[in-house]
Amino acid sequence: MSDLADLSITSAHELLDSGETSSSELLDAVLKRAGITESHLHAYLTIDKAGAAEAAARADERIAAGDGAQMTGIPIALKDNMVTKGVETTCSSKILSGWIPPYDGTAVSRLKEVDAVTVGKTNLDEFAMGSSTENSAYGVTRNPWDTERVPGGSSGGSAAVVAAGSAFAALGSDTGGSVRQPAALCGVVGLKPTYGLVSRYGLIAFASSLDQIGPITRSVEDAVVVLEAIAGHDVMDATSYRGAVPDFRAGLSAGVAGLRVGVAAELLRDDMQPEVLAATRKMVDQLSDAGAAVRQVSLPSVEYALSAYYLIAPAEASANLARFDGVRYGLRVDGETTEEMMARTRAEGFGPEVIRRILLGTYALSAGYYDAFYGQAQRVRTLVRRDFAAAYENVDVLVSPTSPTTAFSVGEKSTDPIAMYYSDVCTIPSNLSGDPAISVPIGLDDAGLPIGFQVMAPSLGEPVLFQAAAEIERLADFTARPRLATSEVT
Amino acid sequence: MTEYEAVIGIETHVELQTNSKMFCGCAVDFNAEANTVVCPVCLALPGALPVPNASAIDGILSIGAALSCELVEHSLFHRKNYFYPDLPKNYQISQYDVPLCADGHIDIVADGEPFRIGITRVHMEEDTGKSTHIGDDGRIRAASHSLLDFNRAGVPLVEIVTEPDIRTAEQARVYGAELQMIVRTLGVSDARLEEGSMRFDVNVSLRPVGQEEFGTRTEVKNVNSLRSMYRAIEFEIARQTEVLDSGGTIVQETRHWNEDSQRTTSMRSKEDSEDYRYFQEPDLLPLHIDAAWSARVYAAIPELPAIRRSRYLETGIDMVTAGVMVADAGLGELFDAAVASGADPKQAANWITGEVVANLRRTERQLADLPLSAEHLTQLDEMVSAGSLSATAAKDVLGGVMDGEGSPEQVAQSRDLLQISDTGALTTEVNTVLADNEDAVDKMRSGDMKPLGFLVGQVMKATGGKADPRMVSELIRNSVKE
Repeated sequence: MSDLADLSITSAHELLDSGETSSSELLDAVLKRAGITESHLHAYLTIDKAGAAEAAARADERIAAGDGAQMTGIPIALKDNMVTKGVETTCSSKILSGWIPPYDGTAVSRLKEVDAVTVGKTNLDEFAMGSSTENSAYGVTRNPWDTERVPGGSSGGSAAVVAAGSAFAALGSDTGGSVRQPAALCGVVGLKPTYGLVSRYGLIAFASSLDQIGPITRSVEDAVVVLEAIAGHDVMDATSYRGAVPDFRAGLSAGVAGLRVGVAAELLRDDMQPEVLAATRKMVDQLSDAGAAVRQVSLPSVEYALSAYYLIAPAEASANLARFDGVRYGLRVDGETTEEMMARTRAEGFGPEVIRRILLGTYALSAGYYDAFYGQAQRVRTLVRRDFAAAYENVDVLVSPTSPTTAFSVGEKSTDPIAMYYSDVCTIPSNLSGDPAISVPIGLDDAGLPIGFQVMAPSLGEPVLFQAAAEIERLADFTARPRLATSEVT
Repeated sequence: MTEYEAVIGIETHVELQTNSKMFCGCAVDFNAEANTVVCPVCLALPGALPVPNASAIDGILSIGAALSCELVEHSLFHRKNYFYPDLPKNYQISQYDVPLCADGHIDIVADGEPFRIGITRVHMEEDTGKSTHIGDDGRIRAASHSLLDFNRAGVPLVEIVTEPDIRTAEQARVYGAELQMIVRTLGVSDARLEEGSMRFDVNVSLRPVGQEEFGTRTEVKNVNSLRSMYRAIEFEIARQTEVLDSGGTIVQETRHWNEDSQRTTSMRSKEDSEDYRYFQEPDLLPLHIDAAWSARVYAAIPELPAIRRSRYLETGIDMVTAGVMVADAGLGELFDAAVASGADPKQAANWITGEVVANLRRTERQLADLPLSAEHLTQLDEMVSAGSLSATAAKDVLGGVMDGEGSPEQVAQSRDLLQISDTGALTTEVNTVLADNEDAVDKMRSGDMKPLGFLVGQVMKATGGKADPRMVSELIRNSVKE
């Protein structure tokens, strides 16, 4: 484990600061790792070697001038639904094939401002719709722990590169668990910040009221470092949080003594994988031993959260994806009339899962169905928020498994949408409530696959979320590495 | 034969002339080269997000306030979903069940009768781009290809919806004119119908006189002038009457006003009408208009046309003259300034709506280009009152001023139009004429006043028309009496 590519951001930053290494060397290390792993994983859609080298050179100058920030010179990857000026952005969809954006999204430009080094763009389920990264128009991404298995999704590419060491960190986007679930399945840390904490400007929208950009890292502290670089108000996003950003580090070494930890029966279900349940319960016990006050809480409406999510998200998506019509950019399939051109473009440009969700959402919003579907789903969303608010009157954080199972096999669920949707049963409620949540790896199942543990906190409760997550990380002492990230593989 | 009553409601779209577009920083510029005032937001590039323009909100609130609407404290933006190539997002950000302004009214006078029209709502939305169809005659069906200009996409658009309170084409025309004046007075839009910065959609239905419930309505689009609106309504009333009288039924549909044929023709029926699948815009927060904001809006409202009109009527000006000066803010301001500097209101109004308007029309100039000030009008009025200028000469002088010949004093002198109102000078002339016409003087002395006109005429002749005839007449009477 002496390879630079396996360092945490905080360690790499120290080496950069002391001059023991350079950004260019860090970049070389991750590119070398990618050279080994990519043929197995297919986690990157684009590797921007030239752009990254320039950025690394800029970062090295800046560090030499004593002006380096925590993220300066750190090689990171971006999920390919984040708009990058001059670098192809596809959303893993054929409909955006070849699209070179003329602008940078806000999270991207904030990373550029501190001279973080963007290695490339990672694979995802098309338009972030999926939980396995199998729904990509550009091929499946595989799990570094077992390449017969999926990395989770939709930020599967981002989770895989961080786990494999072909980036120090990655940005993902989380609409229903798309950062946390792949982080869990790949044995890394995944954070969904409070809705509005990170600007969505330049994130290609899936479901606007649920989407949130979040970091995928190899440690809780690294998640803090990335979040510090990208969080904060942005005038380009009207839903962006206007207040002061909280001090994320406040509780990092405080431990959990006296912390009130809630366990909801609704998120520990008998149909979950037994090893996941066992590991979760064991961690709850460890937290209790470490001084946390563990309490049972009830989130009764969570039972309906999954159904509500699969109406709200597709409804918003049906409008968000309407702009892909062949008129101004991306794919165009000609037709006799403008309408025919638009219809053909969309039929050919979107994959089956995207089409399924557009149809579902269009239906849910249609006259005569709105109240029964979209309206009802919004009422459930309100109930979920109330359940969380009530729970947080008695506890500081809630905990649960991140995913009901560890990584499943490629193809195992891809023909059964409902089984696939169930992957997000524990993560979706936080998107509906807008609250922050994080997944921390806590162990391996019998097949040697990582298990993720989820911590949830009230809105803007990132400090207490990180406080609990940091202690869980210490208690779990999870040091296993995927086989692909070790030097055994060539 | 059944007698019908028309029920008319009007939806008006007004483009606001703000500095920037509704949801992005692009300039509102209708003269720019195609697709040069665009950005990721108004082109709906992937990842771009809308941010509301506060000055557009100010604009719509001022319209709402001027129409006596309630300014809604918490209103919502919605997405209106439909696919059209010039609609970049393929949804329009609009308002649905909670508009910014609701429940207002406007008072008008049409056909000599005062009339109140309810305003259902005033809401905010964004404009689309512009399509141009190339090939054949420019119609979409036969076009070989289409060009799109997105400069207009995202320009703030206000929709003003009336209650179905309007009963005649004339009421509709007056409403349209009044609304146009209000919008211009507020300074939020130039509201030019022919250029599309103000557009009307007119809903017309008929019902037998005395019946409560409404008949089936048609919506008429493409009325690009107040006169077109009047004619389109008249046509629609006649058409629907004919259909109903011959035992037919009215189809609920959208109809197109054709300016060339002066007819409405069917565009699409309700069966083809779209389901817009409105839902609350998740990219925008609910708009919060607090008390301070609405107070600011009310404080900034200028004198509205209705108030200006009644103020003019109080000065004794007639309705038509007042109307001309209300409709054209520049004329009204000139009038106000002239009166403020001492001119007689009726005299000033007559000159402004008479000579000044005629001169502008003839010379195709704008009021601002005329070398005419309010002080000039006041000076002119003083000269007429003092008798140094006749009413006819005053009009000549005004013409000279507008032609850039100088102040009324200067023009009157250089054109030699000043009246002799100096008693001493006139008395000499009068005495000469009386001495030359003893017969006439004798007649008058015997009580026959007929020769007076003749004698005045002789004096006028002798003075080359520059004498004040009233003064001459007075002097002759006095001399004869002696």
